[in-house]
Order: sequence, then C-alpha cells, then structure tokens
Amino acid sequence: MIDAIRDHFESLETTGEESSRDRTALFNQLNALPVENGERIKDEESQSKTESVGGHSYPDLSVLCQDLNEKASHPQVSIANSPSANSHVCQDTNPPASANPQTSNSTSPSPITNSAIRVDVNLLDKLMNLVGELVLCRNQILEFANQQAVNAEHDDAFKSASGRLNLVTSELQEGVMKTRMQPIRTIWSKFPRVVRDLAVSLNKQVQLEMEGEETELDKTLIEAIANPLTHLVRNCLDHGLDTPDMRIAAGKSQVGRLLLRAYHESGHVNIEVSDDGKGIDLENLKQKALQQGIITPTQALHMTEQEALHLIFLPSFSTSETVTNISGRGVGMDVVRANIERISGTIDVESRLGQGTSFKLKIPLTLAIIPTLIITSGGDRYAIPQVNLLELVRLDREQAEQRIEWFHGTPVYRLRGNLLPLVYLNQVLQLENNTGVQESSGIGKTSNAKKQSLIPEQEDETINIVVVQATEKPFGLVVDVINDTQEIVVKPLGKPLKSLACFAGATIMGDGKVVLILDVQGLAQKTLITSPEKEKALVNEDSQSVNSTAIPQQLLVFHAANQRRLAIPLSKVSRLEEFPRDRIEYLGDQEVIQYRQHIMPLIHLSAVLSNGYSEFQVRDRQSEISEDKQPVIVVSLQGDKQVGLVVDQVLDIVEQGINIKGVSPQKAILCSAVIQGKVTEIIDVHALIEQGLSVVKPMLV
Amino acid sequence: MTKTTQLCTFFLDNLFLGIEVENVQEILRHQEMTRVPLAPPVVAGLINLRGQIVTAIDLRRRLELKPRAYDPLPINIIVRTPDETVSLLVDEIGDVLDVSDDDFERPPDTYRGGVRELIQGSYKLPNRLLLFLDVDKVVDFTVMD
Repeated sequence: MIDAIRDHFESLETTGEESSRDRTALFNQLNALPVENGERIKDEESQSKTESVGGHSYPDLSVLCQDLNEKASHPQVSIANSPSANSHVCQDTNPPASANPQTSNSTSPSPITNSAIRVDVNLLDKLMNLVGELVLCRNQILEFANQQAVNAEHDDAFKSASGRLNLVTSELQEGVMKTRMQPIRTIWSKFPRVVRDLAVSLNKQVQLEMEGEETELDKTLIEAIANPLTHLVRNCLDHGLDTPDMRIAAGKSQVGRLLLRAYHESGHVNIEVSDDGKGIDLENLKQKALQQGIITPTQALHMTEQEALHLIFLPSFSTSETVTNISGRGVGMDVVRANIERISGTIDVESRLGQGTSFKLKIPLTLAIIPTLIITSGGDRYAIPQVNLLELVRLDREQAEQRIEWFHGTPVYRLRGNLLPLVYLNQVLQLENNTGVQESSGIGKTSNAKKQSLIPEQEDETINIVVVQATEKPFGLVVDVINDTQEIVVKPLGKPLKSLACFAGATIMGDGKVVLILDVQGLAQKTLITSPEKEKALVNEDSQSVNSTAIPQQLLVFHAANQRRLAIPLSKVSRLEEFPRDRIEYLGDQEVIQYRQHIMPLIHLSAVLSNGYSEFQVRDRQSEISEDKQPVIVVSLQGDKQVGLVVDQVLDIVEQGINIKGVSPQKAILCSAVIQGKVTEIIDVHALIEQGLSVVKPMLV
Repeated sequence: MTKTTQLCTFFLDNLFLGIEVENVQEILRHQEMTRVPLAPPVVAGLINLRGQIVTAIDLRRRLELKPRAYDPLPINIIVRTPDETVSLLVDEIGDVLDVSDDDFERPPDTYRGGVRELIQGSYKLPNRLLLFLDVDKVVDFTVMD
C-alpha cells in the first residue's frame, strides 16, 4: 500500500494535477488502516489543510498541499507508520512558516485545529535574541543586587524583585526556546523506510525500534544531526548487523535489532544507535590500521580498547574490503564526528564482539545559551564551555612542586596515576603574565626558564588546573583564577577574527564587559601540534591523537652522508639525475656542474650533515661507493634557480603522514620520523641550503 | 552641476581623514575594550555596543602610523559595512563636511606606503587636504595577515 501511495505521489509530481476521485480513493485506502488514532488525525488534518488555504475546499488546493508535502522530501512511509508525523509534515510544507512542534504530538489532548499557529522563523530568531538580552540584563541586576547587600532597608524588596525577574526570565527563556524545539521524530520518521530498503538490498532482516521519539531538540540541531544519524544507521546496518545465517550460527534470532533511543540527561540530549550484530573486532581493526600505516606496531600493542575503537573515527580509515555504494570508502565516521563536534556534541562508541555495537551521541539542547566556567588568565576573563569540562584540580605550592613533573621540558600532572599534559593558558594565548616575569613566547625555551615562571612565587599562591577534553584525550589547562560558572549567550566574533581557532565566540558578562569563549578543540589543536616538545610527549604517551592530524605527504627517501636514511618532500624535488663524475667542475671551492645551460652548485649532504668529516674524506668515501656515476637530486629554488644534492643512493618515494618522533639536534634536519618502519630524518631544504651554500649563495639569489 | 558628498571627518596623528557619512552608525567616546589574544595587532579589542559585540580596529596601526600616546583616549566611530559592524579608533572627531567631487583627486603617483589601497584619494579643501578613506578595504584586513 505504501508503494501505492508512492505511485500516487509520483504521478502528482510529474503531472502536477489529478482528479479528486483518485484522492478520495486514496483516502479510503488510508482510512482502512487499522490505526484508530490515526484516522481521527487524518480527518482533522484534511480539514485543517483545506482551512489553511482559506476555507475553500477546492480539491486542487489540497492536492497542491499534498504535492508540497511530497516535495518537502519527507518519505511517504511516515503516513503509514506514524500518522502524527504525517500531520507534522503537512504543517511544515510552507517554507517561511514553521509549525509549532507541540501540535504534532498525537497524545496532546487539546484540539489540533486551535493549538497550531504559523510563526515566521525570523521572528522567532529575533525573539530568541531579545530573550538573550534579557538574560544578560538579569545577570546584571543580580550582580547589582549582590553588591547592594549592605544597604539593608531596600534590601529585601530589591532582592525579591530581582528574584522574580530571575524567575520570569528563566521561564521566558525556556518558553521561547521551546518554540524552536522539534521532536526528534522529525528525523526518525524517515528511518523505517531507509532501514527497510537497505535491509532488503543487503539481504538482512532488521527490526527497527525507537524509544523517546518525542525528545525535543533545537531546530538547527535537528537539522545538523539528521545526516550524521542517517549515516550511523546505515553503518549499523551494513557493518554492524550480521546476515541471518551468521545470526543463527551465533545462536541469535534471525531478525536483527536496531535500536534508536533518545533521552534527556543533565541539559543534554543523548541519542543512542545500537545494534545486536557482530560487534567490532578490535584485532581486525588494529590490523587494518597497521596495514594502512595509521599506527605503528608498538602503538597497536599498547592501545587500550577504547583507543582502538576510536580508530574508526580517523579520516580515510576503512575496515571494509570492498567499496560498495553503501560504505567502504573510508569517509563517513570522521565526517560524522566532525559534524557532531561542530554543534558542541560528543560521540562515543561501545562494542562487544558478537553482541553488538552502540554509538552514543551527546547533543546540547540548544546552541544559543550555554553553561560555561569563567576563568581568569593573564588578567582577563575567559569562558570555557562546560561540555568540554571534566574536573577542576587545585594544587597549593607544595603539591605543585611535587606533583607537576617534567616530561623532557613538558609539564605533566599525575592525575590518578595517568599523566595529564598541562597547557598554560597564558602561554598559549601569549599573554604577558601579571608578574611580568615571562616573555610572550613560552615555546622553545629551556625547561629551567619555564619552571621558574610557572611555579608561583608567593607561598600562598595555588595552581588551578581545569581538566578539559576536546577529542578523546583530556588535557589540563592551567589558569590563574577559577571564577564562577555562568550561563552565557554566545555571540559570534567579527569576520576578521573568525580565523582564530582558539575562540568560539564572545559574550557579555554581568558587568557589561566582553569576554571571549575559548574553543577547547581549537586550543588543543594549537597546543598539541605547534609545539614540537609537547607533541613529542604526546606521541610517546598516545600517538593516536597526533596521528589523526598528520597530513599525508610524498617523500623522497634516500641514503646519504654515511648511509644515513634521509627524506625530502617530493614537492621540492624537480629531477633526479646521474652525472658522470668527471663533469663535476669547481667554482672556487664550490663544486658545480653544468646543467641545462646553468651552472648548478652541488651540496654534499655528507659535508653539511656530518660535522666531523672534512670534505676530502667525504669525497674519498663516495668515490669508493660508486665509480663514475654520481646520483644527484635536483632541487628547485625560487625562480629557475636549482641546486643539486649529492646523495649516495635514491631509495624510494613514499606517501604518508609524518609522525614526528623527535627534534633533531642538527639545523638542516627538520625532524625525524618513522617511514617504512625505519627511522628517517627529514631534511629542511632551506636550512640545508643556508648551511651548505654560504659560499655560493650570492650566485643563487 | 557637480555632485557633493557628505564626509564624516576625523583626525589621526597629523592626518585629516574622512569617510562617507552613510557608513557611520554612531560616534562614541572611549569604550572599555577586551583584548583578543593572538589576533592581528590591528585589532584593538572587542567592545560591547548595547549587547552587540563589535571589533575595534586601531586605525593608527591600520594606516601604519606610530602608536597612540595614552592621552587622550581614542574615540570610536562605529561603521557599518555590508558584512558587519566595526569600530574605528581615531584621535579626534571633526565636522561633517560637504565636499564637491570637482575637488577630488586620486592619490599622487609618488605616494607609496603599504596603505595606498586604503586611501581612495583626497579632496582639496581651501586650507588642507582631506584624505578619503575606503571603509570596506580598511575593515577587510584578513587578507593582509
């Protein structure tokens, strides 16, 4: 019958008109449905439909309404499955108007015709802004009330007044927020069809269960999670659920179970997508990650279960052997996570082999007003969203000296046995400290200098650590003062400041001052990547978070300088050449070669990199290795200038992300990394030329 | 028939500058500002304009003049551009002047400086030159950094 309706709508779409007889036939069909509640609503709905177009009951108009209904891209299956959803869809058809979501609740006892009004979304937005202002105003008054506590006479009256203001504002805020709320049913209603179609094409049997359909979320959030949720559902069907044969073999019922569950919990909406399928095989996962070069064998060995599970969120990671039109391309889960994080939500995964997988999404109720922790650093206040907050740690001077330890120049704190990397907010933001001891750039200093400035000078001073979590790994944010928690209204930053990753926005505090909201994720990205020392610490502790950010690069790997394994970015290389040894000429002390009508200087990597060798020894060494041919990597500089790097042997070209394992003591070496399972040093081309060509540099420039 | 333009004028260091009066939303005395760490130095801070957060641009830095002495405090010219509202910090505010397009001239060919594109030209007033600022370009400095 659903297909009948579908055909019906399709013909509507193509022809654009239809006789009223067909429609009544359809309605008869629909009325024949054994849903008693649905009948009532459909009747009323068809009434309201015709009313909504001005009290005329022209069949064409209601047909038009249905046509719109179809174009709103809500699947028709909802009509059969959930009549209330259908009524909602119908109200939602006119683009400028937003239906009041409460009315779509079929359990509501009030008559449907009167309880729904159409409100312009822009008007709602404006209302929302106004309430935001009111919240700020309330904060201001509350602060004022606290200050005036000395003045006893008017005290009580004023306090009660401000108390009432507090109450009213909160209620108003809640009420206005609700106008933007929509039940999660709006997205779930299309899942039965998605699931059924997919199950048929995958030859699996699935029973879809939904709990908490009436859980409400902000309209913008509903829109934002629709795609990630669909992806999760498809993933669960494709990867999670096993085939009927496998299920029977595993002693489970033939029909798989897919459960969607939504519920409120402490200011958040939790959404769970779980299946009772085969679960995620962690060993298989690790093997795949190893094959794809995402992790190293040692990492795989030391990985916790949770860390291994989080591999599925890495970009371009896929466990699927084959690419189908459903999945296997390796994009998806990372995008899902990015989308969820963009709306300040979190995603977590639990899996038991053979028993099933469950994804848990934690979504904030609304984005406009968020609870935050206000802290002070470098004399300014900042707000940290409480979604990112794990706990607060306070250390006095004595404890700080004992418990803050140094991991090769990087401060860490032992939090219940685990090392928590510390990030000093005033350093990250390059704020001058109040004491003025410390210069703005904390990075690259010796650990001693750091240590001095980080341990508080006075006896009574304490160290406040805000433990935050942006991705899977928490870190400690060291701040000067922890002030208060406060609900704030998020305001966007101006266009020129949008590029600052560290800030998510700004807000206005009770005293009228502007306070910046920290973006913990941006902060993490900044601190965990730009500082090589800190990165190193993190790599050793947990390379996963760093791995995920390494961008694959093409590298040319070669041997040079006493068989050292070196690499250079392929983008810098213009050609690989082999020159007969006798073509090398001299320009003063500099070896040069005539190459394409230019005089190209040659750099002996051995000379630059091995401080101990004199150039003659080096040359002798090389003439032993190869008699008459000299491999040269031609590196192009700006313009048409070129430099030749004299190497022993060109090995390979690899493409992979560089996982920096250490800072090199030598200037011309950018860093060292593990490439193809061997330690390889990556050359800093500019520093190399600087060092190796001081003589002929004028010739190049 | 010559066209006249109304310019809101202000002083900055020893310069006499003007912007189109239609762009100006309001003029405010010194406002308390919140500094923005890691932002380009041109950004002086954020101000609270009746609940709206507005980025304040240090026009001296923007025009590569020497930094402001602490006294007197700068004045905010709140400027509206198609994209957003920003505040320009200037030394002192002048009158709104009617200038004739006949008096307009492009910047002299010998005028260099990195800020050439920010100044559209000058109006030749009887006693001094009024430099005409391109507000959209002044506000759009993300490209520069």
